[in-house]
Amino acid sequence: MAATAPNADDAILVVDDIVVRYETPEGPITAVDDVSFQVKPGEFLSVIGPSGCGKSSLFNVIGGLLSHHQGVVTVAGETISSPHKAIGMVFQEESTFPWRTVTDNVAFPLELVGMPRDKRIERARHFIALVGLEGFENSYPGELSGGMRQRVSLARTLAAAPKILLMDEPFAALDEQTRLLLGDKVLQIQQQLKQTTLLITHNITEAVQMSDRILVMTYRPGKVKRIVDIDLPRPRNSEIVGSEAFGRYVAQIWNDLREEASRGMRDEESHMLHHHDHQGTGS
Amino acid sequence: MTHDAAIRRPPRAQVAPAAVGFASIVTALLLTELLIRIGVINRFIVPPPSEIADSFYRLFAEEHIVRRFLLTAGECLITGVMISAFGIAGGVLMHRVTLLRQACETWVAAFAAAPVVLAYPLFMVIFGRNAWTIIMLAFVAALPPVILKTIEGMAATRKVLVDVGRSFNLTPTQQFRKILFPAALPAIFLGVRLGLVFALINVVGVEFLINYGGLGQLIEDLAERYDLAGTYAAICFVILVSVLFFIALEKIERWLRLVD
Repeated sequence: MAATAPNADDAILVVDDIVVRYETPEGPITAVDDVSFQVKPGEFLSVIGPSGCGKSSLFNVIGGLLSHHQGVVTVAGETISSPHKAIGMVFQEESTFPWRTVTDNVAFPLELVGMPRDKRIERARHFIALVGLEGFENSYPGELSGGMRQRVSLARTLAAAPKILLMDEPFAALDEQTRLLLGDKVLQIQQQLKQTTLLITHNITEAVQMSDRILVMTYRPGKVKRIVDIDLPRPRNSEIVGSEAFGRYVAQIWNDLREEASRGMRDEESHMLHHHDHQGTGS
Repeated sequence: MTHDAAIRRPPRAQVAPAAVGFASIVTALLLTELLIRIGVINRFIVPPPSEIADSFYRLFAEEHIVRRFLLTAGECLITGVMISAFGIAGGVLMHRVTLLRQACETWVAAFAAAPVVLAYPLFMVIFGRNAWTIIMLAFVAALPPVILKTIEGMAATRKVLVDVGRSFNLTPTQQFRKILFPAALPAIFLGVRLGLVFALINVVGVEFLINYGGLGQLIEDLAERYDLAGTYAAICFVILVSVLFFIALEKIERWLRLVD
């Protein structure tokens, strides 16, 4: 069954007319331009676009980490202007606390709300098991691989019981096989918890493997180019990557992205040439 | 899910480097002994290591080296507490107040390289010929590395960790207590470790210069009596204490890196 765009009334997350501009030495740059979409409860939506399309800016706006923007983000009817407890963020960069054990990392948000130690350890262990890290409760992040550390970050975010899981290319630094297997784990957790999830990515395979809908963005300024419904059966896992329907979706999205990615590459090259010319003139 | 990659384990203690290090020292001592015995090195300038080893007994039996060691250790301990309290507080303050940091960091760094020990006459005028002159001079000399490393540790905290704190809506105090400070702790402890080494050097040095207190004064006394073997034995004792002190601090630092 194809996913359908929710009405603003049904949506748990409403992103409305977001514009983000930055001042640079070459003048103002519009990173995100009039981006609007909604996410309904339990839905998995991916935002995909080439480098420089403003994905990370959008992630920071929705997470409440960026305040100098126009437009409104609403979570369960509440407008947000700073980080909100309903949104749990998983970052692209490795973000575990190296001085805490896996259990203490995962229990971090529970410690902040003053949950008694015994209870928070028990709850942390539940989420550690959920991400498949039993046996590593007392390990420190330095003793774990990159993929395992990202799972610790995911468990820590889930432990806070967010209404929306917001992930910014969480597997970008991992190899392809680990990425596919972690994708399976995220899908399994998302289906188990019915967790509303918003994934920011530049990886088409990852987006198609996991999403109900994919929002394709244009190269700078980042606008919504198209929203693609992914009508693949659930529950899914990485085996779906080999199916014909999967390949069609990948090809369709790549068609949309290719033009944008080429534009980004040309823009980058002309920027480099301009930079070299400028240096040459200067010397 | 299977464990997706090789797990990095903490490095195990390696015996070979320690054995080679120990063997190098023994070889150097044997070589020195030989060169002195065949007359290449004047025994009235450098006594044979065997004579120095014999003198250790005298240091314990006649020169009360344990009491002197405790005196020096006490001065170092007080200095250590002072540099930790003032250095970490100063570093945190300079990290938080950008203007203060911009205004003072270069001066603090310059001070770290200054031979502060030369100011001992001034300290004697201010504090008198007592332990406070030793402690205060060591404090001034050992403070800069603690301040500088605290600033460095705070500034080097990865932005993503700060963002994690922000995403969990931490207050500025929680952000400092739960993220910035623990993230900076290894660098801070490195600063304290350097500071303590500076403190030990300065404490012994000033004890020697003002002929007051513990191990430094003992070296000065033995040198005055031209008890060369005893002097060298006392110097070896100070070096041994420094090495053990350094190893202990390094172990604590490793432990701190692992423990919250």
